[in-house]
Amino acid sequence: MSAGEKKEYWRWEESCWVDESKNWRDAKIVTAGIDVGSVSSQAVVCVDGELYGFNSMRTGNNSPDSATNALKGVLEKSGMKLEDITYVIGTGYGRVNVPFAHKAITEIACHARGANYMAGPSVRTILDMGGQDCKAIHCDEKGKVTNFLMNDKCAAGTGRGMEVIADLMQIPIAELGDRSFDVDVEPAAVSSTCVVFAKSEALGLLKSGYTKNKVIAAYCQAMAERVVSLIERIGVENDFFITGGIAKNPGVVRRIEKLLGTTAAKTKYDSQIAGALGAALFGFTLMQKQAAKAA
Amino acid sequence: MIANYGYKDGSGEYYISIDTDKCIDCAAGRACLTACPKQMFETLTDDYDDEVVWIKQTSRRSLAYECADCKPSGGYTSLPCMTACTPGALKHSW
Repeated sequence: MSAGEKKEYWRWEESCWVDESKNWRDAKIVTAGIDVGSVSSQAVVCVDGELYGFNSMRTGNNSPDSATNALKGVLEKSGMKLEDITYVIGTGYGRVNVPFAHKAITEIACHARGANYMAGPSVRTILDMGGQDCKAIHCDEKGKVTNFLMNDKCAAGTGRGMEVIADLMQIPIAELGDRSFDVDVEPAAVSSTCVVFAKSEALGLLKSGYTKNKVIAAYCQAMAERVVSLIERIGVENDFFITGGIAKNPGVVRRIEKLLGTTAAKTKYDSQIAGALGAALFGFTLMQKQAAKAA
Repeated sequence: MIANYGYKDGSGEYYISIDTDKCIDCAAGRACLTACPKQMFETLTDDYDDEVVWIKQTSRRSLAYECADCKPSGGYTSLPCMTACTPGALKHSW
């Protein structure tokens, strides 16, 4: 980094993965789900209803380009072409702007379906902590939504709010969670109503002598309180699962678990791909239905 | 499915809940669409291919203000949308 160049503390790690043990050429149905969110975009490719590969990257200033770039990552890594994909479903904030999508489905339905695959059919309550909104979803054993609630009015309790704090504290976003536990006494939460108020309050706390870790702990607690008040409106039924980027932040996750008195289900998959994965699975089901009708 | 549209802010919680299972085969002929003076409701085909009613995107973040005229302070004794919805699919949280 050259002198004068600003370090981007908010920048999270992008990832691209393909299951080398599977051969997509042997598959009967190849489907893709593209989740264009306000902060991140994901492309997931499924072969015969099983996860094959994904790409997770930051959303640019143009939804169609973000969708194309996200899918391009998986295609390049697997040697696949767009024509090899039978059906594409767009989801997320920019779902209607995915140029190659055959259908658009809301991220609420897709996250429930994705969580059902990622953490199993016992999942009933899902908390999707997205870039600029937060959703509490209740679903049945098939991953069908039975109740949902969304907070998209302000950035408090969202990934973007955490990015703002990372920049303010000048600490890489991936380290915030662990550092929030490095405090002598758990501080009171900062404002959980508005991320702008929270930022002002965090600055005030720093000036009053709080360590950076203590301020981060106060912000993580505020974020947890914010989303818990949301999720309590629909009720928590186990198993409970968290999707979205914030699921990777133990500082928030463990505080949510403490407030709810439950433990979030674990998964081997990247929590950020739930929406795109759900979309790809919806595509697979749709293709199966069409094939059954044609037979 | 219970779909909650609205928000929570510093002044309170403002949600309109729609039970889509009661809404799918509406026995009231979608009376809510015309009952709302602000025309906040519209129909759509949801993710599971069922035709249901939802709140227009433009109204979701201002429900406290949009619905204020229909509350008791606006002279109503009962909410026009809830009265029109005879299957009982609609609920206000405030």
